[in-house]
Amino acid sequence: MAVGGSETEAKRPVNVGGKDKSRTVKKIKRYWDESQTKESATDTPRTEEPRDDGEKSAEKRKRKPRERRQKRLGGRKQMSGKVDLFPGPASIPQQKIMKFERGEKTKLGQVSNRKLKGHLKTLETKVKLAKTQAARFDLLLPEEAGFLEGDEGEDTCTIQQEDIVDAVDITSGSKHFNLVLNQFGPYRLNYTRNGRYLLLGGRRGHVAAMDWHAKSLMCEMNVMESINDVKWLHTENMFAVAQKKWLYVYDNQGVELHCVKKFNDVLKMEFLPYHFLLATCSATGFLQYLDISVGKEIAAICTKAGRLDVMAQNPHNAIIHLGHPNGTVSLWSPNLKEPLVKMLCHKAAVRAVTVDNTGKYMITSGLDRKLKVYDVRMYRLLHSYVIPFGASHLSFSQKSLLAAGCGDTVQVYKDVHVKPARKPYMVHRVQQGVHGIQFCPYEDVLGIGHGEGFTSMLVPGAGEANFDALENNPFRSRKQRQEWEVKALLEKVQPDLITLEPGILGEVDFLTMEQKHKERVERLGFDPLAKEKFEPKHKKKGRSSTGQLLKRKKMVAEEEQRKLIRESVEEKLQQEKEKKKSEKMALLGQKSALDRFKK
Amino acid sequence: MAWKITRSREQDAVDVKTQGCSIHFSTYMAKEEDLFYSEHPVSGSEDEGGSDEERKHHKLLEAIASLDGKKRKKLGERTEASLHVSEFSVSSEGASDKIELSELLQPMKVSSSLKKQLNKVKQKAAVELPLSKEETQRIQRQVAYEKASKAITKWDRVVLQNRRADQLVFPLNQEPLVVKPIEEVLTTWQARTPLEQEIFNILHKNKQPLTDPLLTPMEEASLKAMSLEEAKLRRAELQKARALQSYYEAKARREKKIKSKKYHKVQKKGKQKEALKEFETLKMKNPEAALEELQKMERIRIEERMSLKHQNSGKWARSKAIMAKYDQEARQAMQEQLAKNKELTKKLQVVSDSDEAEVEEETLVPASINEVQLSADSSNPWMLGKLGSDAKDSGIEEELQEPPILSDTGTKNIEEEEKELELSEEETLLQEFEERCHLRKQQQKVEDGEMEQSNDDMDPEEGQTSDLEDNIKDQQMLASKDLDHSGKPEELERSPTCAMSSDVNGLEKIADEPSVREEGPFLMEQLQRVQTVEEVGALGGEEWAGGEEEQINPLRREEQQQTVTTVPGEKKKRKKSSLINLKSVLSASSHTIKTPTLPTTVEEEEEEEGNQKLIIKEAFAGDDVIKDFLKEKRNSEQAGKPKNIDLTLPGWGEWGGTGLKPSTKKRKRFLIRAAPGPPRKDSKLPNVIINEKRDLLATAHQVNELPFPFDNCRQFQSSIRTPIGATWNTQYAFQRLTVPRVITKLGHVIAPMADEDTFLSTQTSQQTKPAYALNPRKPRTRR
Repeated sequence: MAVGGSETEAKRPVNVGGKDKSRTVKKIKRYWDESQTKESATDTPRTEEPRDDGEKSAEKRKRKPRERRQKRLGGRKQMSGKVDLFPGPASIPQQKIMKFERGEKTKLGQVSNRKLKGHLKTLETKVKLAKTQAARFDLLLPEEAGFLEGDEGEDTCTIQQEDIVDAVDITSGSKHFNLVLNQFGPYRLNYTRNGRYLLLGGRRGHVAAMDWHAKSLMCEMNVMESINDVKWLHTENMFAVAQKKWLYVYDNQGVELHCVKKFNDVLKMEFLPYHFLLATCSATGFLQYLDISVGKEIAAICTKAGRLDVMAQNPHNAIIHLGHPNGTVSLWSPNLKEPLVKMLCHKAAVRAVTVDNTGKYMITSGLDRKLKVYDVRMYRLLHSYVIPFGASHLSFSQKSLLAAGCGDTVQVYKDVHVKPARKPYMVHRVQQGVHGIQFCPYEDVLGIGHGEGFTSMLVPGAGEANFDALENNPFRSRKQRQEWEVKALLEKVQPDLITLEPGILGEVDFLTMEQKHKERVERLGFDPLAKEKFEPKHKKKGRSSTGQLLKRKKMVAEEEQRKLIRESVEEKLQQEKEKKKSEKMALLGQKSALDRFKK
Repeated sequence: MAWKITRSREQDAVDVKTQGCSIHFSTYMAKEEDLFYSEHPVSGSEDEGGSDEERKHHKLLEAIASLDGKKRKKLGERTEASLHVSEFSVSSEGASDKIELSELLQPMKVSSSLKKQLNKVKQKAAVELPLSKEETQRIQRQVAYEKASKAITKWDRVVLQNRRADQLVFPLNQEPLVVKPIEEVLTTWQARTPLEQEIFNILHKNKQPLTDPLLTPMEEASLKAMSLEEAKLRRAELQKARALQSYYEAKARREKKIKSKKYHKVQKKGKQKEALKEFETLKMKNPEAALEELQKMERIRIEERMSLKHQNSGKWARSKAIMAKYDQEARQAMQEQLAKNKELTKKLQVVSDSDEAEVEEETLVPASINEVQLSADSSNPWMLGKLGSDAKDSGIEEELQEPPILSDTGTKNIEEEEKELELSEEETLLQEFEERCHLRKQQQKVEDGEMEQSNDDMDPEEGQTSDLEDNIKDQQMLASKDLDHSGKPEELERSPTCAMSSDVNGLEKIADEPSVREEGPFLMEQLQRVQTVEEVGALGGEEWAGGEEEQINPLRREEQQQTVTTVPGEKKKRKKSSLINLKSVLSASSHTIKTPTLPTTVEEEEEEEGNQKLIIKEAFAGDDVIKDFLKEKRNSEQAGKPKNIDLTLPGWGEWGGTGLKPSTKKRKRFLIRAAPGPPRKDSKLPNVIINEKRDLLATAHQVNELPFPFDNCRQFQSSIRTPIGATWNTQYAFQRLTVPRVITKLGHVIAPMADEDTFLSTQTSQQTKPAYALNPRKPRTRR
């Protein structure tokens, strides 16, 4: 207790010595002062004990924020609530705020309209607030992602599933399991968007839907036809099955809801969740879009590229990527009958394509046994890998782990797009050839469909640790799902808006604007937006003589020209600077061998 | 005396116009006239000295006037006396039309002062004609407008402020609800009403805190007296005691309810015996305590004697006495009472049993309860602790007091036992923990061993596949393991070109290469430790990519150099000849990946039949793919180019007919060359065709006109760059981004702004603040 007393004394701003010094401003004597002074008097011998200078300075530092606060409060003592030693909101590192940066700030200096300037100013402050708030609330994401780490000299890829199961807790361990389904051929699989439900489709007609956490079967049936692909629709209540002839839609009890005869010979399907579109590609070379909210075919595009069995969607912009036998990958939107982009990726046929969650990287694998990483924004190749036997199936996890199914092994790679990987992160072997792989969202699980059934593989660090319950809630109840469904339908994005650049709505259609302006100018006979020609003011006392007028006009014209020149010169200088810099870098790069250690 | 008054009309008019300015002379006159007329109702024209000549003359004049045909208005001539005298009928007669003032005053005796006044009046110029009604009104309007506009300017600031405000909350001037620390509220608050002042006075007198520290010195002291932990401990103690008491009470109640007399008898006897025994033992062990006990009993006896408690004199006893005649039980009870009395009043050497039991009962309850009840004069449990440094002492005292009590009930022993148990439990836990650690270590060791074993096991598994490659691979792995543990990549690497050129003899290559690779210098590996694409570029990727290659096939190196896409020097070259290097783009250096497990079998793909053709195609026509692609690209480029317009008319100015073509000169002359369009987006990407067609469906949703106040597109775009929805923002930010422009409160009258509001709003700009702001600010007070 004694120690506590001395501490409080040290922190207290009012001390006896100080009071003597400030005699000039006479302090009003309070009844509570007395007790304090008494106490301090009793405590003084303790405080007067010799101390190290370092300690003192430390104490000073300790006292500072408090004193500052005291000053702000006008020397008053705050009794309600605890004293905040670090007043004001906690500072957020700029790095974190940068994460939530959206586009460039408006330059207010160039705004001509005063009212607009005010409006933009308030808007900017609000935007800044939103940014900082978002950065601040990042703290509230409680879960942290972690990856497998091997001991010294141990590769993570040598770690077996059994080891992981032994190491992790029971709940996580139970997520590794095998379903032995060796009767109905290799399996395709699909998880719902919240990662709760699993749909299995055997080649020989076996369809099973289940809540795989609880391992409870929802429905199981045989469609008595070969199955090419299965896909959940927006909720776990419906799923689409691409059968031998047509596309069927079943509900979660296995009751056939629709047989869509317009969609025949479908080989692969992708569901675009925000547009409620089911994109299918068929053996006849058609790429078709079915709006499942209204049951209408939105677009049927003849790709003229033969059999289509390689398909992926870009989750960022809902563009469909198709892989072709001639080594090209084409990008499609339902609005154009031609591919938006066509890339030659492999010299041989493309076997699998996948796009990562951010929509920045595309990974392709071809018959030439290569795995290539492309930047889809630039359409540039980043890395190229040679994989033994090549990958027949690819899948990206939420945390950008890449799973590649090669024959009967599944290899999981980490950061393939960031830096060249040398070894897989994890490897798992199944009994027969892999027929379908998908990472389970929000879980560290990779689902593998193969000839012998289904294997749920544990891949630490694969899933997003923090889920947004309003977006995808793995634990949602029936009522919540219904609510979500209504909201999602209300917020459905029209298929018209599927473009390469999803931010297009925030941009002005410049070409149409120009056209419109041109038409207007024609109609009016003059350009209403044109800059007014300089008209010299009439001045008296002979200052408006012809010569003077000319002079004035010239002055203005020259000023404008000077401005132009200045700008162009600055631009040039900038360019030169950059050029020099890059040259220098290049030279340096060539010059020294030690330079590689530089950052 | 009669007055002859003739007034010019002009004068009359002047009177009317200058009314209110000053009292005119003529009005005086008029008043006098009135007075006069009331006395002598005679018309003005009927003069006393009515000169006939004049009348005649007048008539003559009239006659003359009537001669010239013009109808002149006749001035009425009054012949009879009447009350109403029209001023219009008064005519000015005489040579001059104007009357001189002096004339009017002639009959009066003129004083000098009056004369002076008259002179003054004379000197004044005639008043100008007044402005017309419209003009005066216009002037008045102007003045009023100026005044009003000046008055209104005080509103300018308010209006501007409200216009600029982010949000307006109606009714205005409401004190916003803000959470403020109590200190701020108190310091700004002052006692105004007499009641408040009185209260303040009382507080002052009693040394109660008014504003600042909020606590009385007593409270402060008490706060200091007991720390939170102590208080908690104390509370826990009290709780325990209370619980014990309640248990005991419940037990007693239960026992009391038992109606069996036998039970009670047995109980009582048992107790008596016990008490006796105890007393005996006490005598033996502690004679002093036994003495005390005796004294206590003595005391009880004395008290009994004093109180006359059991002498059958109470209410109950009296009622029983009545009943005793008929009721056996009542009689018995009375007798019992009397016996008790006797017993108690008897001077005893031996203890009376029943009372002993009672005493014991009391002591069964822990002393702390009683103590609490004694000291708990205030309801606040926190105040129970003693002030200042006493808190500690009291705690010590309690501790001192407690043991004997506890020992009485035997609870302490139990507690101790429990403690021991806990201790032992902890110990066992610790032991278990250690054991587990030990076990784990052992297990790890075992596992490591197993791991190694399993690794070894894996190899034979792979070996079983009996594929040529796998065998080689396994051998490599084993070899590498022997070499070094850290793992120099003993991978199955193939140069991209070799992979491309010959898939058929690829297997052989695989067999050949590793042996060469193993000899590769360790330095090479260091070079490979490049992390980012940029670094790859800076290093001159071909060096490290082709380094290993070089040893295998030095001839391929040149080819390999082209493959690197990120070398700056290379970039330029490619810009020049982008199409040539497409091959290089495709056959970029690729990293080979080493895996511990290889797929066992060549895939049995379901699409095998379909892919068969493709595989063959891929095997033989690697270049074809590129050629096809280039062709396609060229075509699309051509299609996208703006077309020239040919306006040549064959046969115009020269010979025409079948087989004849217009001359080149002419064609050149009439060809309108289209301006080259903007460069294609894929002009620098040899392996990409980007569609240049516009997506009309998407553009239909775009803004295609610059909205009003914006200067340029960029400004507008940046103003809508951030989403404002709740999906992308935190709750607070979302609210701020979507504040409603105006908020009105239900059921509140929105009164127009008062005058004083203008003044207030200049002081503070409260309206700009959102309604739900939580940060405390000074409220706007209205006085």
